[in-house]
Amino acid sequence: MVEVRDVRTTLNGKVIFDGIDLEIPRGKITAIMGPSGTGKTTLLRHLTGQLMPDAGTILVDGRNVRTLSRNDLFDLREKIGYLFQNSALLTDFSVFENVAFPLRQHLKLPEELVRNIVLTKLQAVGLRGAAELMPSELSGGMARRVALARAIVRDPMLILYDEPFVGLDPIALNQVLKLIRILNDTLGITSILVAHEFAAVARVVDHVYLIAAGKIAAQGTPDELTRDDSPWTKQFFGGEADGPVPFHYPARDYALDLGFPAVST
Amino acid sequence: MSSVPKQMPDPAPRKHEASRIGEALAQVGACGLFLFAILAAIPKSLRHIRETVRQIWFVGAMSLVIIMTSGLFVGMVLGLQLYYVLSIFGGTAALGTVVSLSLYRELGPVVTALLFAGRAGTSVTAEIGLMRATDQLSAMEMMAVDPMAYVAAPRFLACVIAMPLLACVFNALGIFGAHLVGVTWLGLDNGTFWSNMTSSVDVWKDVVNGLWKSCAFGAVVALIAVFQGYTTPPTSEGVAYATTRTVVFSSIVVLALDFVMTAFLM
Repeated sequence: MVEVRDVRTTLNGKVIFDGIDLEIPRGKITAIMGPSGTGKTTLLRHLTGQLMPDAGTILVDGRNVRTLSRNDLFDLREKIGYLFQNSALLTDFSVFENVAFPLRQHLKLPEELVRNIVLTKLQAVGLRGAAELMPSELSGGMARRVALARAIVRDPMLILYDEPFVGLDPIALNQVLKLIRILNDTLGITSILVAHEFAAVARVVDHVYLIAAGKIAAQGTPDELTRDDSPWTKQFFGGEADGPVPFHYPARDYALDLGFPAVST
Repeated sequence: MSSVPKQMPDPAPRKHEASRIGEALAQVGACGLFLFAILAAIPKSLRHIRETVRQIWFVGAMSLVIIMTSGLFVGMVLGLQLYYVLSIFGGTAALGTVVSLSLYRELGPVVTALLFAGRAGTSVTAEIGLMRATDQLSAMEMMAVDPMAYVAAPRFLACVIAMPLLACVFNALGIFGAHLVGVTWLGLDNGTFWSNMTSSVDVWKDVVNGLWKSCAFGAVVALIAVFQGYTTPPTSEGVAYATTRTVVFSSIVVLALDFVMTAFLM
């Protein structure tokens, strides 16, 4: 479904990807994980053509995203659902209108059918009763679930989830995890999930890619990665400060910053 | 005798100025390209005609209070000032003529545009800027909905349609204000006021040319407002600066364009 070959990206002088390759099979759930700022969201934006890489090939459903015209990109995006990190609900519209928006824009469906589809999707995320609320009346977790309902409203072939678990309480988290799995199992939808919560991710995904320092640092099933001995996986999944990923942003000597004489080592 | 080393001019400020001028020119160029993008998106935006009507309500109907109040007081001040100036020459009978020509030709379109930039232009910039900051424009792109056709073009069209209508309201209230002061308060003959006005105002040269100006000002304010909102950095400070720039740039361009259009339409 998705193939990324030797993609290289530099943003504001910083190398984000230094030749990454990955393959996401149709009908599977794949997680993209890695430290903050490592380019996980950038990768999703590459897949949808919102941001083009400097070099490399990106194939989505057999189409090279880098060579598509704007109209062809829009055609492709009609088949992709995208859950934004900050939900990105349209603030002038109610919950119902937000979820109905993609249907109304692209399909001339009878109003009754639109209503039924929207209510079905809202029921799936547990928010059918909130259909008439405005986005400003929702909590962060509720907004994320509405955004999820909007992302799946047209039953896309590929869904990209950017941090879907942030702000969800344990009940909602459990339901969203189940929903992601059900969508895959029943409709054969391919899912790419960017997340930090390995324990939650491990319950639903088939494959995990760990991105660090512009490369694919590790990959495998959640079980394989748990047993993996590489310093990247040990540090990331163990949550340790010391390791190949520095916890501290580069800075001059701490003692000098505090006004003490430098300690010679 | 020690020689004082000759001070070489520091090239840094000149380079800084040059880069600022370059950036400003690049902005003008980008704004021009943005206009073409909006014009190209207008046919597609006609699919979202309800959105255009909604925007006409927001930028037009919601601006009525400030336009009507300002029009009334501008007309009253004009009536008062001109009555006293004209009375020096014994020409108070020309009050209706002078007031109406001032309003139709210049004050109506220009003052309405300046008020419109402050009332509607800023709200358009802030709205689009916040849509940018909260990823709503990206969300539309991801739902295969072109934000140029759904967000930019309807607001542009709404401003171009609303501005001449608001200018008409401003003119009407202005003339009513002048009548209130000149006729009702200061005792000028009602028939003289209206007959002199109707005999000296040319519908095409005065009223229609004023409406052309209004349309042009509406387009300029809309272009600047939408462009500033669309290109603002996605931060609260960025949106604040963008709304300020909308008022400042719109006011300057409206006044400059007024001079150019007046020269051509005379």
